[in-house]
Amino acid sequence: MPFDVVAQQPKLLYLLQGVAAFAAVVSLLLLALHRGRVRRRAAALLLLAPALLLLTVGLLLPGLRTLGLSFTGTGGDTWAGFDNYVWMVTDPGALVALRNTLAWVVLVPLLAASVGLLYAAAVVRSRLRVFALSLVLMPMAISFVGAGVVWKFVYAYRPAEAAQIGLLNQLAVAFGGEPRQWLVDSPWNILFLIVVMVWTQAGFAAVLLAGAISAVPGELTEAALLDGASRRQIFWRITMPSIRPTLLVVVLVQAIGTFKAFDIVKTMTGGQFGTGVIAHEMYDQAFRYGETGRGAALAVLLFVLVTPLVAHQLRARRRAA
Amino acid sequence: MNGVREQLASRTFASIAMVIGVLWTTPTLGLLISSFRPEQEIKTTGWWTVFGTPHLTLDNYGEVLSGGGNGAGRLAEHFVNSVVITLPSVLFPLVLAFFAAYALAWIEFRGRDALVVGIFALQVVPLQMALVPLLKLFSQGWLFLPAWNPTGPARFGQFWFAHTVFALPFAVFLLHHFLAGLPRALIEAARVDGASHGTLLLRIVLPLARPALSSLAVIQFIWVWNDLVVALTLSGGTAETAPMTVRLASLAGTYGNEWQRLTAGAFVAAFVPLLVFFSLRRYFARGLLAGSVKG
Repeated sequence: MPFDVVAQQPKLLYLLQGVAAFAAVVSLLLLALHRGRVRRRAAALLLLAPALLLLTVGLLLPGLRTLGLSFTGTGGDTWAGFDNYVWMVTDPGALVALRNTLAWVVLVPLLAASVGLLYAAAVVRSRLRVFALSLVLMPMAISFVGAGVVWKFVYAYRPAEAAQIGLLNQLAVAFGGEPRQWLVDSPWNILFLIVVMVWTQAGFAAVLLAGAISAVPGELTEAALLDGASRRQIFWRITMPSIRPTLLVVVLVQAIGTFKAFDIVKTMTGGQFGTGVIAHEMYDQAFRYGETGRGAALAVLLFVLVTPLVAHQLRARRRAA
Repeated sequence: MNGVREQLASRTFASIAMVIGVLWTTPTLGLLISSFRPEQEIKTTGWWTVFGTPHLTLDNYGEVLSGGGNGAGRLAEHFVNSVVITLPSVLFPLVLAFFAAYALAWIEFRGRDALVVGIFALQVVPLQMALVPLLKLFSQGWLFLPAWNPTGPARFGQFWFAHTVFALPFAVFLLHHFLAGLPRALIEAARVDGASHGTLLLRIVLPLARPALSSLAVIQFIWVWNDLVVALTLSGGTAETAPMTVRLASLAGTYGNEWQRLTAGAFVAAFVPLLVFFSLRRYFARGLLAGSVKG
């Protein structure tokens, strides 16, 4: 069935209707705000009502309901006590997902921040700075799914007697090794997935850190140079302390994002070969196996793990700003 | 002595930058080159051999966009879906968050501070917390809320709703921070001149907030366009509303060795966000600096 433009028209029509309906609501709201002397409270209520309503119906109540569901069995209508939480820490598959998530959350921020810092320090005084930063930031613009495809191709495997089409196996063969199925052999395969996440995140670290490094006052470094300090000393004694708040933000933001990592695993291995992570396991349990209770319990775990990091991050961000 | 050492250090730095730059671009380049190679060649020889024997074709793009058959991408349809999902999912939260942020920043009322903290606190709720009940709500209704399970294109409404909700806490947070920083004298002078909140909002605050709104729009656009988890949950495997990410992920899973489709498909999906990224890079970077945590 070739692409049929006419068949797409109802979708575009619905898009127009949706936007028009939204514009109508917004206009009414603004009209009410304009008419005569609206009291302060009424004005505030008018402006806040849509957002508050949506947040209540779409986030607050569902969040609480997930908490409730985490204590129910399959299908969500029988009470199960703490069974789902017990399952989470005893089931081999779930434990693998927990272990992998731990590895992701430690390694991704560490590696992405290190590469980002190195790169930022190297290009920050360069004339090509904007270009250089765009280069490493670009993986952020292509989706995690796209990144997954890019790297799946890098890891592509052909038997030893055939010509390799994946870059990594080509390199392995060129250096006299055997081609390997990088995404299949557990437990090292999770490292090859982590590399993909680092690849998408290092640019973010580089951009933020380059900003922080160039904000270090020039007089400070110049004075240190005059006093005979080496570049290395300047970096460790002046630059690093000044950018520490930003570094903290970078690490926290990436840890939070990594906890929720789902797309890369879904695209590259589908959670097979012992590569599951919490967010992926949660999706599978809730939506593939219909185990809403277990899915909900994993979502609650995610919430509990992420909360202190987000709270800390918001505070750190205020300090860094 | 010191001078030589300095030069050596800056050389080292330059080469580190080069190595990272090459490492970060080669994988994408390899995929891009491959997407223009004939199927048979992609599957039998490495893309680096193309420099010796350049056979390039656009066939892969034609097939992945509108080719027939089961394993074909039919990405043209999914492209339309991505557009229909993304545009309102950027517009709606932007407008609503702007209204809410204005009220929280510039209208004084009782309970305001508690509300600010409450909305900010919602940023800690991962969207995974809301997915299961949200899907149940759509299909069965809940408490006083009716089910909302339309067929046909009206299903896109569910996407708009979900993306708007998930974007709001961060969007309100960011815009509130920005609006609260506007000069108080300016707002108060307008108030004294008798401007209503409606006028103030549209005529004075909106133009001033444009940089923050632009950054937010770019970030939200790229986020929604690239989203997989919300789309996968809501489209439930039907092709009718699934955006390109869902299709590409399923191609990678089911037809993982059909590289002629995957390579071209990845670039069809990435084309729009890359365009946005390169043309609005400044806003993107500024948005990142302001913080890109959500969901």
